[in-house]
Amino acid sequence: MHLSAKLSASYDAEPFIARIAESDNSSDRAKEARLIRGDRTLLPNGFRCVLRLGVARDSEIGIPPTLAYLRDGDIVRINPRASEIRVLYRRHSKHNVLFFTERCNSRCLMCSQPPREIDDAYLIEEILEAIPLMAADTSDLCITGGEPTLLGQRFLDVLTSAKQWLPKTSLHLLSNGRLFSDLKLVRDVASVGHPDFMIGIPLYSDVASRHDFVVQAKGAFDETVRGIMNLARCEQKIEVRFVIHRQTFERLPQTARFISRNLPFIDQVAFMGLEMMGFTKTNLEGLWIDPVDYQPQLRQAVRELTTSHINVMIYNHQLCVLEKELWPFARRSISDWKNIYMPNCEPCMLRSECGGFFSSALLRYSRGIKPFHQPVGAGWYHN
Amino acid sequence: MTSGLNRSFRDLTSFQTNSYSLLPIRFLWLDSDRYIVTNLAGNHQLLARDQLDDLVNHRIIPHSTLYDDLKANHFLADTDSTVYQDLLAAKFRSRQARTSEFTALHLFVVTLRCDHSCQYCQVSRVSQDRVAYDMTPEIANRAIDLMFRSPSPCLKVEFQGGEPLLNFELVRHVVNEVTRRNDGRDIQFVIASNLSMLTDEILDFCTDNRVFFSTSLDGPADLHNRNRPRPDRDSYSRAVAGIQRIRDHLGSDAVSALMTSTAESLQQPEAIIDEYVKLGFESIFLRYISPYGFAAKTATRIGYETDQFIEFFKRGLQHIILLNDRGVRMREVYSTLLLQRILTPYATGYVDLQSPSGIGISVLAYNYDGDVYASDEGRMLAEMGDKTFRLGTVENSYEELFLDNDLLPAVFDTMLEGLPGCCDCALLPFCGSDPVFHHRTQGDIVGHRPTSAFCKRNMEVMRHLIRLLEDDPHSAAVLRSWI
Repeated sequence: MHLSAKLSASYDAEPFIARIAESDNSSDRAKEARLIRGDRTLLPNGFRCVLRLGVARDSEIGIPPTLAYLRDGDIVRINPRASEIRVLYRRHSKHNVLFFTERCNSRCLMCSQPPREIDDAYLIEEILEAIPLMAADTSDLCITGGEPTLLGQRFLDVLTSAKQWLPKTSLHLLSNGRLFSDLKLVRDVASVGHPDFMIGIPLYSDVASRHDFVVQAKGAFDETVRGIMNLARCEQKIEVRFVIHRQTFERLPQTARFISRNLPFIDQVAFMGLEMMGFTKTNLEGLWIDPVDYQPQLRQAVRELTTSHINVMIYNHQLCVLEKELWPFARRSISDWKNIYMPNCEPCMLRSECGGFFSSALLRYSRGIKPFHQPVGAGWYHN
Repeated sequence: MTSGLNRSFRDLTSFQTNSYSLLPIRFLWLDSDRYIVTNLAGNHQLLARDQLDDLVNHRIIPHSTLYDDLKANHFLADTDSTVYQDLLAAKFRSRQARTSEFTALHLFVVTLRCDHSCQYCQVSRVSQDRVAYDMTPEIANRAIDLMFRSPSPCLKVEFQGGEPLLNFELVRHVVNEVTRRNDGRDIQFVIASNLSMLTDEILDFCTDNRVFFSTSLDGPADLHNRNRPRPDRDSYSRAVAGIQRIRDHLGSDAVSALMTSTAESLQQPEAIIDEYVKLGFESIFLRYISPYGFAAKTATRIGYETDQFIEFFKRGLQHIILLNDRGVRMREVYSTLLLQRILTPYATGYVDLQSPSGIGISVLAYNYDGDVYASDEGRMLAEMGDKTFRLGTVENSYEELFLDNDLLPAVFDTMLEGLPGCCDCALLPFCGSDPVFHHRTQGDIVGHRPTSAFCKRNMEVMRHLIRLLEDDPHSAAVLRSWI
């Protein structure tokens, strides 16, 4: 699935945000892009622009068939000068992302979105513009980057706006947690009082130097742990995230014990496989370990956490590489637009239960991938 | 070590430093060559003698697996990180959290009368004299006043005896009065009863008011009846019938059972446990007999040595683990409590094993005659003529009860952190202080650890649990499932 495309032509105007309208029954045409399919003749009035899937006519903007999935209520960003369209939000997706910034204060070995020191402040302004256009029944939104907390007050503004416009939407922030070592920021976040907000923070080891090495930032472990403690103090919901690779897998059980002994108040722990993007590709030989080879460590870690009554989730692992004991913890999490299966998976009876792969996984994946030819008895899957 | 990474990334060693300092630790010989090492937050790790030597002499190889384990356990620190200070402080604070909540358990001894004449009984009287041995509503009302002075958000009202059902009118009065006066606390009611006097009227009242029961069950019928004589020799059948009636009326979780072990019990832990399974209980407390009341007078007949109790405990635990293997739900209560302390960072409430001691600050006992004691055992001692732990009477003010006597000095003087033999014991974070026991057995609230049965019993039980966790993965998995 493509989230951006070229427009049929360029023209001289500032970039703008618009919500897709497939009919004329809208009350807010000035903020909407009327989408017309094929060669129907319509003369809609008052819309921000008219998008046509097909050959554009006068004063219309033509978009290619790769965006035929666009629906009423989706939100796009159109940059006429660069003749670009980018899909910011899809009304019926559970995987909508608010991409705050490319900047980051860490430089993780396996970053799928390598940071860039650029001025991309416009991104947050567009997000603030887009949130009021989103549907009130949006189930989930994920805030990501870069490091979203680097935006300071603007970060808080987004939380406030989300609470105002989308009070029923689960908001999940992915942050390295380092800036939460400042209790004032945490108090500010808490005082927004978003009703359904969880912060996912990575902790890659129980040993400070190893965590600092993985995120390539000295002192990061201490900042992150203090951040987690501050968030707990202000009663924020916390997820600890752990990406499993060659530099982290050995101390998986010890890290789980560290969490259950020191941070038992957290709400959940998510274990994740590598996404073959960004720095992971750059450092592949130093990071790759076949998931089949870390099952004992993963099993021990999961046992430690479940004994301590901490929720565990395993992301981005195919069922055939996981020990069966771990299946109940596996989640289908890969965003729909980058989720694939291997040719090997074709005959598998469990495909519909399995999370599959990131599309980038074609680069390298487990030797353990094999189809299940028998259905597995009901009852194993307690999602 | 970090080959395979792009050269723009720094390698692991550039994030490491090469010297360490020791954090406060305690260690204790476990067996052969092994030592238990703990810190003040209750983290523990087993070390071989030479590893322990290396640790204290700063010879652990930096960034070896052992080094990383010791560092993550907060036994040593290096300059890579200082957040261990925050974590240790938070862990220590959580473990002590209950101390500041103050007295939660309030015992109302509503009568000393009883229809049983148990050989180990601490206090009861077989008597018809209501005037001499029953608590009056006036005394109960004063006790309720005092109870509501406690700052604890949770209050547990436990009716004790004698047999509380012989003065059920007063139980009813207290439940109604406490419920009426509840100022927003979480309140639980429990009646400690032999259940022989249960009536439908009592059950209806308990159903309506969520009053639970705790009963005595010593094991199979013959053992139970011998330990707990009644004129008709039917103590067992009455208890079993009572348990069933309570479950039918109030639900399966409304009745729990406690066993008291006598010399006869020691020969048959398996039979006792099987009896609990048979009656549908999912936990059992393999409990040591306390040296109070009649138990002390008849010590020569039913008393036994600590060693024998420890053997009994180990055999019982083994049997319970085997039952778990067969899919039977059953856990041992004392082990569960200790395992929570050994394996989790949470505070655990158990008034008989905490430091500072729970006397007064975790439990108050209001005796039938209006005297107030610092614990249940304290009032039992009083029945034997030793009123050391009497704090005053219900006519005293709350402040007088806590301040105009030796309670707080006693609590302070018996904190493990300052006790000879305890202050450098590695098991301190899991253990507790029992000034009443040491007063009774050694004539001194501080006591002498090397000859203390309390110390010996707890050390042996903890060593046994730690060995199982370390050496027997199978038993360890069962034990972990209990916490």
